[in-house]
Amino acid sequence: MYAQMVKSTGKGVKTREEMSEDERAFQDKIDADTKIEPRDWMPEEYRKTLVRQIGQHAHSEIVGQLPEGNWITRAPTLERKMILLAKVQDEAGHGLYLYCAAETLGVSRDDLTEDLLSGKMKYSSIFNYPTLNWADIGAVGWLVDGAAIMNQVPLQRTSYGPYSRAMIRICKEESFHQRQGYDIMMKMAQGSPEQKRMAQDALDRFWYPSLMMFGPSDKDSVHSAQSMAWKIKINTNDELRQKFVDQTVPQAEYLGLSIPDPDLTWNEETGHYDFTEPNWQEFFDVIKGNGPCNTERMNDRTRAWEDGRWVREGLMAHARKKAARTAAE
Amino acid sequence: MTETIDKTALLQFLLRMGDNTLILGHRVSEWCGHSPVLEEDIALANTALDLIGQTQLWLDYAAEVQGEGRTADDLAFLRDAWDFRNVLLVELPNGDFGQTLMRQFLYDAWASIMLGRLQKSADERVREIAEKAAKENAYHVERSADTVVGLGDGTEESHARMQAALDYLYPYVGELFESDATDAAMAEAGIAPDPASLRAEYDAFVGRVMAEATLTIPEKAYVHRGGRSGTMHTEHLGHLLCTMQWLQRAYPGCQW
Ligand SMILES: [Fe+2]
Ligand SMILES: [Fe+2]
Ligand SMILES: [Fe+2]
Repeated sequence: MYAQMVKSTGKGVKTREEMSEDERAFQDKIDADTKIEPRDWMPEEYRKTLVRQIGQHAHSEIVGQLPEGNWITRAPTLERKMILLAKVQDEAGHGLYLYCAAETLGVSRDDLTEDLLSGKMKYSSIFNYPTLNWADIGAVGWLVDGAAIMNQVPLQRTSYGPYSRAMIRICKEESFHQRQGYDIMMKMAQGSPEQKRMAQDALDRFWYPSLMMFGPSDKDSVHSAQSMAWKIKINTNDELRQKFVDQTVPQAEYLGLSIPDPDLTWNEETGHYDFTEPNWQEFFDVIKGNGPCNTERMNDRTRAWEDGRWVREGLMAHARKKAARTAAE
Repeated sequence: MTETIDKTALLQFLLRMGDNTLILGHRVSEWCGHSPVLEEDIALANTALDLIGQTQLWLDYAAEVQGEGRTADDLAFLRDAWDFRNVLLVELPNGDFGQTLMRQFLYDAWASIMLGRLQKSADERVREIAEKAAKENAYHVERSADTVVGLGDGTEESHARMQAALDYLYPYVGELFESDATDAAMAEAGIAPDPASLRAEYDAFVGRVMAEATLTIPEKAYVHRGGRSGTMHTEHLGHLLCTMQWLQRAYPGCQW
């Protein structure tokens, strides 16, 4: 999940009696699964919550280029290099769709970027973990894109039209990413002893951070309750995490890799796996900026933005000159 | 293609084409996630992807012509610097975004003319590769030319940076038009044009774009050479290969 702990009103869901007439009409539309479009009336808090959520998601796509980009120049075959390039290109495209969706809510991409670089806005905790061996690229596709899909498939039905349409386009590409990631894991898990070691090492390091992607339990969160009432969040974090574990465990077994959780067991009664929760202290440390790669990721993005200033200004100056020349003709 | 064609010359020619796209594609891919604007991240990744795709086609054919049971991957990942046949221009470091786009344009402009001629090659395989590559290149050259113009004719700073990029890179342009025995054999067989014969068209095209970009092409630029003959690459290529070939070298014989 690329949006974690998105704050909503923090006040709990209003009853129908507490709602204004506009708010009631708005909630009725949502309950009837009618999409909200940019020109429709919407509560200010709905707009703000969506900006936070879509913005965080967009930033995650952008920062998410970095851990994978880390291996593009070292990809082991021409084909793997092409697949990875195409994937990272897709992620940048996802960022673009999402910034466009956010723009329909009245915030510019540049504003959101400044908020990311100043630390006011966050991106998913997962991208603060390093990619250390080639199997990590497989693990990222399999687990990270896999977890993203878990969250994003239901969001295709989200109440805000532009967000929902962006999700539909994105989901198509994400399933490719996951398949390609699993394919790398397969090659590695069936490969030489060193390759197997890389695959297991990747799973060991990415398992718990992937579980953290869904965020801490929010079954009692007022923010989540409001977001769910507005259908900008569809499932609870625990539901999605459970679904992810249930889906992933057999895949790991098929690969012959072991999930780094000695307490992982199939529960006949619930029909789900019981598993160990990730270390939530670590999660909060990462969110606060103390993850293994937070500093590098932000430095990279800041440098790209700062070093690119002359380019953006140059191209804009040229566009103005051109427009002036056309006008003079 | 007839059996009388000099295989060594054909192999050299194919390596020159494939190594150019491989090394340039690698350089462009180094930008991933670090561009000045999101649209550029997308466009640069796309350019790198096209170039690596073209590499696959050229080197597949090269490996076939070589006839030693090797693959395009073997050629890309298991040759050392002295066996690479790319021009020096493409192995130069990226520098700033302006230098990267200037290098891209200087290459794209050459490729657009070269690929146009290769679509009339006597060799069917070369013709097919050139046709596919030309379509991709048409988009690359349009974009790199637009960017060079936009930044050249932008602010004072962007203009100065682009002029510095052109001054630095221009001495590496001449190598694209050098002719040797390999080229003579290719021209003789009707497989590829004599590189020198592309120069006039190139100069006219680049001259037009630089004029629009308000940039000055250095006069009587020195010509650095040694890449396409393999006699003397820059120091940069070895480092690039260290990165690119590392996994294949460290864990030989694996499936990836
Ligand atoms: Fe994505
Ligand atoms: Fe993703
Ligand atoms: Fe993805």
